[in-house]
Amino acid sequence: MAKSHIKMTVNGKAVEELVEPRTLLIHFLREQLMLTGPHIGCETSHCGACTVDLDGKSVKSCTMFAVQAAGADIRTIEGMANADGTLHALQEGFREMHGLQCGFCTPGMILRAYRLLQENTNPTEAEIRMGISGNLCRCTGYQNIVKAIQYAAAKLAGVPFQEAAE
Amino acid sequence: MIPGSFSYHRPSSVAEAVALLTKLGDDGRALAGGHSLIPMMKLRLAEPANLVDLAGIADLKGIRSDGNDIVIGAMTTQHDLIGSDLLGTKIPLLRETSLQIADPQVRYVGTLGGNVANGDPGNDMPAVMLCLGATYHVTGKGGERRIAAREFYQGAYFTALEAGDVLTAVRIPVPAAGHGAAYEKLKRKIGDYATAAAAVVLTMSGGKVATCSIALTNVAETPLWAEEAAKILVGSTLDAATVKKAVAAAEAITAPASDARGPAHYRTKMAGVMLTRALSRAKSKARG
Amino acid sequence: MNDMTPTSAERAEKLEGMGCKRKRVEDVRFTQGKGNYVDDLKLPGMLYGDLVRSPHGHARIKNIDTTKAAAVPGVVAVLTAEVLKTVNLAWMPTLAGDVQMVLADGKVLFQNQEVAFVVAESREAAADAVELVEVEYEALPVNVDPLKAMTDGAPMIREDLKDKTDGAHGKRKHYNHVFAWQAGDKAATDAAFAKADVTIREFIVYPRVHPCPLETCQCVASFDKIRGELTLWGTFQAPHVIRTVGSLISKIPEHKIHVIAPDIGGGFGNKVGAYPGYICSIVASIVTGRPVKWVEDRIENLSTTAFARDFHMDMEIAATKDGKVTAMRCYTIADHGAFDACANATKWPAGLFSIISGSYDFPTAYCLVDGVYTNKAPGGVAYRCSFRVTEAAYCIERAMDIMAQKLGMDPAEFRIKNLIRREQFPYTSAFGWQYDSGDYHTAMNKAMETVDYKKLRAEQKTKREAFKRGETREVMGIGVAFFTEIVGAGPSRACDILGIAMFDSAEIRIHPTGSGICRLGTKSQGQGHETTYAQIIATELGLPADNIMIEEGNTDTAPYGLGTYGSRSTPVSGAATAMACRKIKAKAQMIAAYMLEVHDDDLEWDVDRFRVRGNPERFKTMTELAWAAYHEVPPGMEPGLEAINYYDPPNFTFPFGAYICVVDVDVDTGTTKVRRFYALDDCGTRINPMIIEGQIHGGLTEAFGIAMGQEIHYDDDGNVTTASLMDYFLPTAVETPHWETDWTTTPSPHHPIGAKGVGESPNVGGVPCFSNAVNDAFAFLGSTHIQMPHDHWRTWTAAEKLGLHG
Repeated sequence: MAKSHIKMTVNGKAVEELVEPRTLLIHFLREQLMLTGPHIGCETSHCGACTVDLDGKSVKSCTMFAVQAAGADIRTIEGMANADGTLHALQEGFREMHGLQCGFCTPGMILRAYRLLQENTNPTEAEIRMGISGNLCRCTGYQNIVKAIQYAAAKLAGVPFQEAAE
Repeated sequence: MIPGSFSYHRPSSVAEAVALLTKLGDDGRALAGGHSLIPMMKLRLAEPANLVDLAGIADLKGIRSDGNDIVIGAMTTQHDLIGSDLLGTKIPLLRETSLQIADPQVRYVGTLGGNVANGDPGNDMPAVMLCLGATYHVTGKGGERRIAAREFYQGAYFTALEAGDVLTAVRIPVPAAGHGAAYEKLKRKIGDYATAAAAVVLTMSGGKVATCSIALTNVAETPLWAEEAAKILVGSTLDAATVKKAVAAAEAITAPASDARGPAHYRTKMAGVMLTRALSRAKSKARG
Repeated sequence: MNDMTPTSAERAEKLEGMGCKRKRVEDVRFTQGKGNYVDDLKLPGMLYGDLVRSPHGHARIKNIDTTKAAAVPGVVAVLTAEVLKTVNLAWMPTLAGDVQMVLADGKVLFQNQEVAFVVAESREAAADAVELVEVEYEALPVNVDPLKAMTDGAPMIREDLKDKTDGAHGKRKHYNHVFAWQAGDKAATDAAFAKADVTIREFIVYPRVHPCPLETCQCVASFDKIRGELTLWGTFQAPHVIRTVGSLISKIPEHKIHVIAPDIGGGFGNKVGAYPGYICSIVASIVTGRPVKWVEDRIENLSTTAFARDFHMDMEIAATKDGKVTAMRCYTIADHGAFDACANATKWPAGLFSIISGSYDFPTAYCLVDGVYTNKAPGGVAYRCSFRVTEAAYCIERAMDIMAQKLGMDPAEFRIKNLIRREQFPYTSAFGWQYDSGDYHTAMNKAMETVDYKKLRAEQKTKREAFKRGETREVMGIGVAFFTEIVGAGPSRACDILGIAMFDSAEIRIHPTGSGICRLGTKSQGQGHETTYAQIIATELGLPADNIMIEEGNTDTAPYGLGTYGSRSTPVSGAATAMACRKIKAKAQMIAAYMLEVHDDDLEWDVDRFRVRGNPERFKTMTELAWAAYHEVPPGMEPGLEAINYYDPPNFTFPFGAYICVVDVDVDTGTTKVRRFYALDDCGTRINPMIIEGQIHGGLTEAFGIAMGQEIHYDDDGNVTTASLMDYFLPTAVETPHWETDWTTTPSPHHPIGAKGVGESPNVGGVPCFSNAVNDAFAFLGSTHIQMPHDHWRTWTAAEKLGLHG
C-alpha cells in the first residue's frame, strides 16, 4: 500500500512522516514519533487511555487515522510540562492527590482533564466526573482523580485548594 | 485492532465526494467523524477498499436559520451542537440528547450526519429526528433531494441512501415556542447505547396536550415513530389512564433485540417507562 | 543539644517512614509519560506476533492451511501445534498441576482458543496474515454449564485425560472432573445440622468475571543464539516463577534466562500465569533469531486469559433459635473452563476457600469443592481474590443475611452475636486456620455508629411503609458485610507453587554515603512498592525514604520471590524487608559501639542513630555508620553494610473489615443508586495511609463493577457474549460511588512490623456488601436471595417476580 506523506505539529514541534492510510494516530505517535506516553487499553474506543489534545479537542487517538490528522496541532502527555520545565498543575495535582496507581490511564486522563479545564475553569465534582466519563481507570476508583483535577483547577486559577471534607 | 488496507481520499467539495463515491460503489465508504466506522474497521467487520473523508468539505459544516427551519451541516459535531446558542434556545432537545451520546472525546469528533445516516438502531439522534419531523438533504449522482427522516430508516444499517449518496444537511422545523421536550434514556452506564429511550416533543394548551410527537430508540431494527401513542395523548391532560394507553400503544410497536442490556420483554417495558418519564418532563417544561 | 537540635519527632517526620502519606516515587515518571511498559519497548529487528483463534467453543481441527498467510509480504513464520511439537512445547504445564494446549492440538476447547501464531515484520502484516490462515473445523457439542459437566453423556472436554482417573489432586470421578477437595469435619457438621433449631439453604452463584487491567497481557521475547540466552520482558506479577517454569519447559538453563517485568499497567491476578502468547513468542524468537513482541488486544484478554470466580455454591447454615450459629456446610461446583490454569498454591486446588466460616464462631463446618471442565476459557483464580477468599466471603456473608432474615433478626445484630470475640484470638477456626489477631466488635460498633445504623433502619422502615402505600417506587436497602480474609501466602509447610515454597525476599545494600538499594522478589503493578518498602526501611534504619531505591522485577538482580498477588507483598516481603533491616541494624550497632568505644548493650536506638545510654550527646547516625562500614569496621568484621532475608512466614495474616452501604432501587427500571458506602478496614500496621486509601477506593470500584453488572457470559453454543468493553461493565467516574474509608489497627502478632496487607480486602468485603444491600432492599417483600450481578434487567426481573409491576 502506497504511503501518504503527512505533516503536523506534535508537542510544539513540526513533524513530517510517511504513513499507510490505515495507520492509526495512536500507532503513529507511539511507533513513529516514539511518544509512548499515550497508551492502548482496548480496540473498541471505550477506554480513553489513548486520549490526546488535537486542535483544541480531546480525541481518542485510536479512533482516528494519522492521515486524518494532517495539519493538526497535537499535544500528548510528553508536551504537558510548562515552558520553563516545571510540571503542569495537573501533573502536580495527580501526584499530590494520589490520582494514579499503575499509571496506565494517566496520560490519557491528564490530557482529557487539561481540555476539561479549558472548557470549564471551575468544574463541580459532578462536572468533573461527567467530564472524564470517556476515560476508564481500574486502579483508583476515580475519587482521587477528581481531587487531582480540583487541585489543578485551583492552582491554575491562583486560589488555594480546599480538599473537601470526607 | 489493525484495520485492513485502504486508499484514502479527501475531496474538497460535495460534488467531488459524490462523484468519487459513485465511481467506487461498494468499494468506497464515506468517513465522517469515524467513531462508528473506524471501530468496525479495527474489528475487520468493515473492510472498505477506499475511504472518502468528508472533513475537508466546508459546505458540510455550519448551523443556520432558514425561515422556520434550522439547517445543520452533516459534519457538525456533537460538541458543536451542544455549544450552539441558536439550538440551545430554539431546539433544546438536541443539546439534551447530544449530552447523552457516548463521552466527551466521541462528542468532539462524532458528527450529526454520522449519527443519523448509517442506520445503526442504537444511535440516539435518529429517533429525535423522527420526533422533530426532520428532513435529510441528500446529494447523489442524480443531484439533490430531500428525504423525510420518518421515511429514511428501513432496517438495521439499511436506509434510503443509495450508492454514491452523501447526506449533506439536516433540516429541522423549529418547534413552537413554549413547547416541552425531553429525551429519556435508560442505559447501563453513561455513554452506552440505550437499553431503551424515548424522545417527546409536545405543546400544551389550557392544560391539555395540543400536539405531541413521540419516537423510540433501540427497541427495534429502526428508530420508531410512535404515531398512535402520540394521537392517544392529544386532547388529554396526560392523566395516568391515558398515558397508560399511550404506553401500551408504544410498547406494541417495539421489537427489541435481546442482548446484554436485557431480554426483549424488559426492553419493551423500559421503552414504556422512558416514555412515561419523558412525557412528564416534557410537560413540566411546556407553557400552556 | 540546644534549641536548634531537631527533636526525635522532627527527625522521624523527615525520614518519611511508616505511617506517613509519603508521595509516590512512581508518579514522577508516570505523570510525565515516562513509564516503561512492555509495549513501549522497541528492539532492533523486532518482529510482531499475532494469534489465530477459534471461533468455535468446541471443535475438532481437520486441517490448518497456512500457505496464504505465509505468503503475505512481511510474514516470517507461522507456528502451529505441529511446529511446537518439534520442541515439545505444544502443551505446557499449568500452575495447578494440569496441562494446557499452547496452540490447539487436534481440538479447540473454548471460543477464541489459540490455534496458530503468525510472526511478521509489522503489526499490520501479522494482522493481515491472521485473517488468511485457513482452519477447517468440525463442530462438537458444547457444554458451558458446570452443573451439567458431570452428567452422563456430557460432552467430553479433555480427551487427553480420557482414561486418567488419577488427577493432580486425587481421584477423578468423571471425565470432566478436575478434583474434589474438602475441609472441615463432615460427621460433626452433619450431626449439628441434624439437630439444629433453624437451618437455611441457598444456592449462591458467584458468576464468572474478569480482572480486566487497563494494560492487556504482553511480552517481548529475545533469544540470543550466540550466547544461548533468552531475555523475556513481560507483564509478569511473578517474574521468578516465569523464569523457573520457562526453564523447565524450554530446557534453557535457568541462569541463561533473564526475565524482566517492567512497569505493569494493572495486574489484579490477570498476569500471574504463563499464556500461550508468551510461549509462542519465545519459540518464534528461537526459530527466527530475532526479538518477537506479542501484545494481545482487549477482546483476547477478556475471553481467554485468567478469569475469576465461576463458583456455584450450595450453602447451608444451622443456628439456635436465639441466633447462635452452630454449623455451616457448603458444596461447591467450581468451573475451571477447559484447563485448570489456576494460580493456586499446590496443595490447595480450591485455594483458601475454607476461610468460608468467615468472621463467625462456628463450632463445626465442612466444605467440599468439585472442580469441573467446561468449554470456557481456562483459569479461575484472579481479580483480587486472595485465592478464592472472595468466593468464600461472598457466600458466608449472603448466607448470614439469609439466616438473619429467617430468624427475624437484624443482619448487623445477628453478626454481632456471632462474631469471634477479641478474647478468642489467636482463634482456630473450624477449618483449622489460626486467625492471628482481631477486634471485630470494636470495628463493627465503630462502623455502625459512624453511619448511624439505627437511624438508617428507621428510615428504611418508614420508606417501606410508604412503598406499600404506593407513595414511592423506590426501595431502600442497607448492606452489611463483616469479612475476614486470609492473605500473605504463605508458610512453606502449607504453600508452594510447583514445589517452590511461598517465602519472599528482600536484599538491602547501603552505600557509603548513606543511601541504598533494596531489591525484592515481589512485583508492583500499581501498588506503590517503590514508595512503601522505602518507608519500612526508613523507619527501621533511620535513613530517609528518599535515599532508598526500590527495585523489583529483574530476575537477574532481584532475590528469588513468588511475586505479588493475594495481598502477599506486605505480609511476606514487607517482613523480609524488616528482617533484613534488622540484620543491617545489628551490624551497624556493633560498628557504632566500636567507634564510640562502648559495649553494644550500652547503646540505644533513637530514630536515626545509636546513642550511648545516659550520654545522649554521644551518638552515631546511621548515615555516619554507613560511611564507617566501608573503612572503619571492628577488626575481624567484613566491610560493607548489606543483608538479605528470605522470609518464610509462620502463618498467614488475617485482615478484616466492616462495610456498610445504603442503596435506593428503582423497581420500575431495576436501577440501583448507591447513596453511601462506608468501609472500615483493619490491615494491622498502616505503612502509607494514602496508598491504603487508594487501594480501598480501587478495590471497592472493582467490587461495585462485579456486584452491579460484570459477567463473562457464554451462550449455549459456547459464544462468549461479553468479551469487549461495550458489554463488560467497567464503571466510569459517573457511576462510581463516593467512598468513605475508615480504619482500626490490630497488628499481626507474628509479623515483624505487625502489618497484614490490604489490597484485596475491598473486593472481598465490597461485593457482599453491595449484594446484601440490593437483597436487603427487597427482603421485606419476601425475597431471600437475588443472584448477582445486580444489573438493571435482573433487578427488574426480581421485582417482576415479586409482583411489583402491577
